[in-house]
Amino acid sequence: MLDLLVLVIRRDLVLAMRRRADVLTTLIFFVMVVSLFPLGVGPEMGMLRKMAPGVLWVAALLSSMLSLGRLFSTDYLDGTLEQMMLVPQSLSMLVLGKMAAHWMVSGLPLVLMAPVLGLQFDMQAQALGVLILGLLLGTPVLSMIGAIGAALTLGLRGGGVLLSLLVLPLCIPVLIFGTGAVEAVSTGLSVTSHLSLLGAMLVFALVSTPWVTAQALRISME
Amino acid sequence: MAINWFKYSAPTTFYGLAGKLIPWFALSAAILFVVGLYIGFAVAPADAQQGEFYRIIFIHVPSSILSMFLYLIMAGYAALGLIFNTRLSAMMATAIAPTGALFAFISLWTGALWGKPMWGAWWVWDARLTSELILLFLYLGFIALHASIDDPRRADRASALLAIVGSVNVPIIYFSVKWWNTLHQGSTIKFTGTSMHVAMQQAMFTMLVACWLYAIAVVLARVRSIILERERNTVWISELSEVRS
Repeated sequence: MLDLLVLVIRRDLVLAMRRRADVLTTLIFFVMVVSLFPLGVGPEMGMLRKMAPGVLWVAALLSSMLSLGRLFSTDYLDGTLEQMMLVPQSLSMLVLGKMAAHWMVSGLPLVLMAPVLGLQFDMQAQALGVLILGLLLGTPVLSMIGAIGAALTLGLRGGGVLLSLLVLPLCIPVLIFGTGAVEAVSTGLSVTSHLSLLGAMLVFALVSTPWVTAQALRISME
Repeated sequence: MAINWFKYSAPTTFYGLAGKLIPWFALSAAILFVVGLYIGFAVAPADAQQGEFYRIIFIHVPSSILSMFLYLIMAGYAALGLIFNTRLSAMMATAIAPTGALFAFISLWTGALWGKPMWGAWWVWDARLTSELILLFLYLGFIALHASIDDPRRADRASALLAIVGSVNVPIIYFSVKWWNTLHQGSTIKFTGTSMHVAMQQAMFTMLVACWLYAIAVVLARVRSIILERERNTVWISELSEVRS
């Protein structure tokens, strides 16, 4: 089982590295959306510092939506996905591998990029640390919830917009607790409750979403 | 005599049953709406703090309650359809979605109308308002997903899965939004009793029942249309008197 997981992750990472442009576009989109906010609302540092966690989280949410379309569609189009579903090993595990690879390609770069952007918004070191921790816990959840939507909208016309419509409402709790943690640390409150809840969501998503996504793929492929 | 519990789980038999039930539900809904509105506007006294403005709750509260319950019922039907592969369950889920979305919208709209005089703002980012808005988004997502898949079987199953995922997520969303911000007044009706005037209670419960009956009547009418559309190539449809004429 674990071999399969490693195999799928490695395969998807290799494929992603062969097409680096796709990975970079997501990252550039993230940087660009975040940079547009000061231009839109004005350069006043006090306000920017206050809205930084929200901006970074929403931008992360949007850019993870952007890359979700590719999660299954390339494999679906060239028939690989059909072969994968015929494999005797568990489809949930395979899906989990694809989710993990998706996060490493589209979530992890955002987390690594976030400190730089946070500094642009004049965030304090402590708040920045909590933001990164929150993003580390939260972005995998976004990938996993998004995978359900990606599987459901597989091969549909206008799939991209529909995908966001389905997935964004489901991601709201992650957004709330992710920004809430930063808010808490800047007002001197404890962050453990927010981060624990994010962790709980991560665990719950880890257990349930691969199976649900596998079911969704079966529905879409039959 | 053995009762066939599943007699009406087939679209063939349910179509006729729904046709017979609709007038009863519609008529009683209409009567109860009139009675409820009469009690609400003529009998119930003005509120001590909110004056006449509070009267919007007679439509606001029932539609909020219905929008939430209908989502659960929809998800329940969707789950039934997904698990037992019954055609009618999926049709019911599809038929409930627009009514649920309508009630969610009415609830938001009347809430905004009430919020302006009471809170001084059409919209505040309060927990309940936000979760009701998210509920509306979930309904719209369900409808959009169902509409964009051409194959009815796949559409039913895919949107059923979405409804189930949504219903698991609804409590999480509700509590996350609740801890995030709360301004909305707490529930006046609690299981331990209420602080409301009797006439207000009567009006509210009459309106609630009326809304339920209305929802049932509309859903049955819609499910009849869906049955007609999906089964249009079958023999029993072509033998229906309303189709032949």
